[in-house]
Amino acid sequence: MTQKVKIEIDGRTCEATPGEMIIAVADRAGIPIPRFCYHKKLSIAANCRMCLVEAEQGGRPFPKLVPACATPVMEGMRVQTRSALAREAQQSTLEFLLINHPLDCPICDQGGECELQDLTLRYGKDKSRYAEAKRVVKDENLGPLIATEMTRCIHCTRCVRFGAEIAGLRELGATGRGDHMRIGTYVEQTLGHELSGNIIDLCPVGALTAKPSRFRARPWELIQVDGIAPHDGLGSHLHLHVRGRQLVRVHPRAQEAINETWISDRDRFSYTGLSAPDRLGEPMIKREGGCWQALEWQGALQIAAERIREAGSELGALIAPNATLEEMYLLQRLVRGLGAQAIDSRLRQQDFRGDAADASLPWLGVSIAKVEEQEGILLIGSDIRQEQPLLAHRVRKAALAGGLVATVNPYRLDLTFPAIQFTASPSGMLRELAALAKALRKRGSGTLRTLISEVKPTAQQVEVAEQLKQAGKRYRGLILLGALATAHPDYSLLRALAHLIADATRAKVGFLPAAANSFGAYLAGALPHRLPGARPAETPGLSAEAMLNKPRKVYLLWGLEPGFDLADPAKAVQGLDRADFVIACTGYRSPALERVADLLLPIALFAETSGTLVNAQLDWQSFRGAIPPPVEARPGWKVLRVLGNLLELEGFDYRSSEEVLEELRKQCAHAKPNNDPRGDLKKLPPRLSNGDRLYRIGNVPIYALDALVRRAEPLQANAEFLQVSLNPDQAAEMGLGAGDQVEIDQGEGKLAKAPVRLDPRIPRGCARIPAGLSGSEQLGPQIGPVSLEKR
Amino acid sequence: MSLKSTPQTLPTDPAVRENLFNPEIRAAIDRHIAKYPPEWKQSAVMPALTLVQEWNGGWLTIELMNEVAAYLEMPPIAVYEVASFYGMYDLKPTGRHKVCVCNSISCLLNGSEALIEHVKKRYQVAPGETTADGKFTFKEVECLGACRHAPVVLIDKTYGENLTPEALDRWIEELD
Ligand code: SF4
Ligand code: FES
Ligand code: FES
Repeated sequence: MTQKVKIEIDGRTCEATPGEMIIAVADRAGIPIPRFCYHKKLSIAANCRMCLVEAEQGGRPFPKLVPACATPVMEGMRVQTRSALAREAQQSTLEFLLINHPLDCPICDQGGECELQDLTLRYGKDKSRYAEAKRVVKDENLGPLIATEMTRCIHCTRCVRFGAEIAGLRELGATGRGDHMRIGTYVEQTLGHELSGNIIDLCPVGALTAKPSRFRARPWELIQVDGIAPHDGLGSHLHLHVRGRQLVRVHPRAQEAINETWISDRDRFSYTGLSAPDRLGEPMIKREGGCWQALEWQGALQIAAERIREAGSELGALIAPNATLEEMYLLQRLVRGLGAQAIDSRLRQQDFRGDAADASLPWLGVSIAKVEEQEGILLIGSDIRQEQPLLAHRVRKAALAGGLVATVNPYRLDLTFPAIQFTASPSGMLRELAALAKALRKRGSGTLRTLISEVKPTAQQVEVAEQLKQAGKRYRGLILLGALATAHPDYSLLRALAHLIADATRAKVGFLPAAANSFGAYLAGALPHRLPGARPAETPGLSAEAMLNKPRKVYLLWGLEPGFDLADPAKAVQGLDRADFVIACTGYRSPALERVADLLLPIALFAETSGTLVNAQLDWQSFRGAIPPPVEARPGWKVLRVLGNLLELEGFDYRSSEEVLEELRKQCAHAKPNNDPRGDLKKLPPRLSNGDRLYRIGNVPIYALDALVRRAEPLQANAEFLQVSLNPDQAAEMGLGAGDQVEIDQGEGKLAKAPVRLDPRIPRGCARIPAGLSGSEQLGPQIGPVSLEKR
Repeated sequence: MSLKSTPQTLPTDPAVRENLFNPEIRAAIDRHIAKYPPEWKQSAVMPALTLVQEWNGGWLTIELMNEVAAYLEMPPIAVYEVASFYGMYDLKPTGRHKVCVCNSISCLLNGSEALIEHVKKRYQVAPGETTADGKFTFKEVECLGACRHAPVVLIDKTYGENLTPEALDRWIEELD
């Protein structure tokens, strides 16, 4: 523990750590000091001069006023933030800032929540002495998310520092000098970073505002409701800003242990998908000839109940891994109550052979905040910036603090921090890991033994292995498996290798959840091999893959789009086509869903329902509905309650989602996070051989994750579209060039035309063809053999 | 993780890096790079810009600034910041010469205002612009560090001190 010092601010004695800045101590004590450029998460620039205060040390006053944000405290320092001198300086600084700031508050979107406006009220003069011309600055076009009005910029450089320090990608800068200084990109470009929206909150004035919600409401008309982000494994804390029945915008809610003070653009702007034109408002049924007809809830639920009852144990349920805990729990009660065992939420997984040995309750392995303290991180199969944008920020912090970050991926990632990247085809990924294991002198058993015997570690692999081991020794080693690992045909073996390396290095193994509630599914029992409380099921039911291979009589799809959310859309649609009846509880109608479904039930989405999501570190995060669902849509738990009652299942009389949660919570008292395999993963033969077949790498791009983001227009405006990315050498061998159109053939899954793109980050033997994008719904396995034919 | 303490590096493909500019310029930039710690290559940005500007005939294009960024493995915007901050970098085509009249305090007190007015009128050129015949670009610059002989004018790489409008005219006359 460092020694504390005592200082006095405005006559109050405050405790402080030596070296802390005056402003930080004052903030803690609740003593207001005006500021623009200071931000506790950014480096100190001390360029706005708004925070000038009077200070003295040992009875000797400092020769002039000091900036509170850049003056470290020392024992016995006395600070006056409101002396006549300080006030005068603060007033003059403000007067200077206002010289070039337009007084256009009535037409500024920041009005009512502007730091400059607030401070002007406190420190400003009521009359301006400046009568000369004000400068005007040309606006920047920063893309579909951020609106600019650069004349209002006060050059605090918070946005510039954010780019350099947090995003790790400097796109904004201050060009020009003095009066000619401008904040911008200089060469017009869209901000491409996944955390870019945070500069909207950072900008103290109305220079940077949110484009999608611009001019939609005044801050004082908004009601602020707490929310939880529904996409990645963090469950970032949100403030939902509601006006009437509308969610106008989303802001971060500070939560140091999870999202600090940031949120990703996905969490910030996905709400715009709530009002998509294809939002489902009332129950619909497919009549003869494929016509859809609206009907009353009562009738719809009766039909659903009848069909479900008929199916009995022949019912199969697939639930999206971002459904709430309450929905998951009730759905599995319903399925299991009917004697069926087929329920799964691992929609993007291909390899279920390891289920018997699956970790009993997987989690991140360390707390989210601890990720940045790791000294060695091995990322297996994860495009981390796309999958978990804010967790990537923690990994970045670990890397910048000198930690080792190594990756094993089917393509090179664009990272904003130093990392050693091993890039290989899907089967090559196994060999890369085997080589790491060998470098650690592990021989392995079963299949691993063969794999390991065939490889020879490179010098770099030996180096990485050694560093991981050093990190492990200090309990600072972490091996994370991400979404590209989950989608891998040999996921079981990847896991076995991860555990083997963990064994040899004493690093921890952690899992990155595919969606907001993937781990909640273990607690709720929304898996074929887990009952509520993460208890292993004695007779495991059918996995997502198995229940589509062995068609069920009736399917219940919850919150998913078969073409975009399943590991093998082509096969899935075939399986669903063969069912007697498909019930889809969904927020949207989409052509692919309408094709396979017979009954559509509209459910409430993010911000419209109460519920709970369990994040990567297994926090149960409950939230209330902030706005009503559209038209006739209903919260999911209520739909399931009524269905349960209609099916005459016991104990479905919940009065609130809290009651559902309470019931589940009781069953989870003994559920302990545990990533250890419960059995042997090593005996399985590899599915992939070293052959020279071309493999599709179907990563899920950041804005293709789920139905909600896929409809968030501002996010889609610059999002990826379906292309076939090939290594230039590979393409040349195949006689393909950039821009060529090819037919993608995955056996059952085929797509007639897609453009080729050359990308040296893709290894040979692979074609990156993303999943979740328009066009990909006709394709086969996310990771699997593919052939390309020039058109 | 501050802007000042951690350099932002954007690795450039060595194959690309080794083909930028020409071997002499690369060698000259490398001599400057060698003066700083290896991770602080970008500290050489000012001399690099100067070299490249001269090579390009007196001004910098966005492409050239991008290449400097790539060569020093730093974000392009950070190069634009430097190039747009300092008066000695020109971001649009210039005349054959650069006539830079100091407009800072000492020179101003000693008659640089008159010099500036004179150049404007006599050569029909506004500060920052180039004469119609392309002979020179007229620039107002900050203190040239030669205050004791104010007013000072810098033409290309030569200082002229204690100048009167007539002396300046003669000097300009001599330029090709
Ligand atoms: S745009 Fe906003 S955040 Fe950026 S420098 Fe200007 S005032 Fe500060
Ligand atoms: S807040 Fe201290 S100088 Fe800006
Ligand atoms: S003021 Fe002109 S050289 Fe210093």
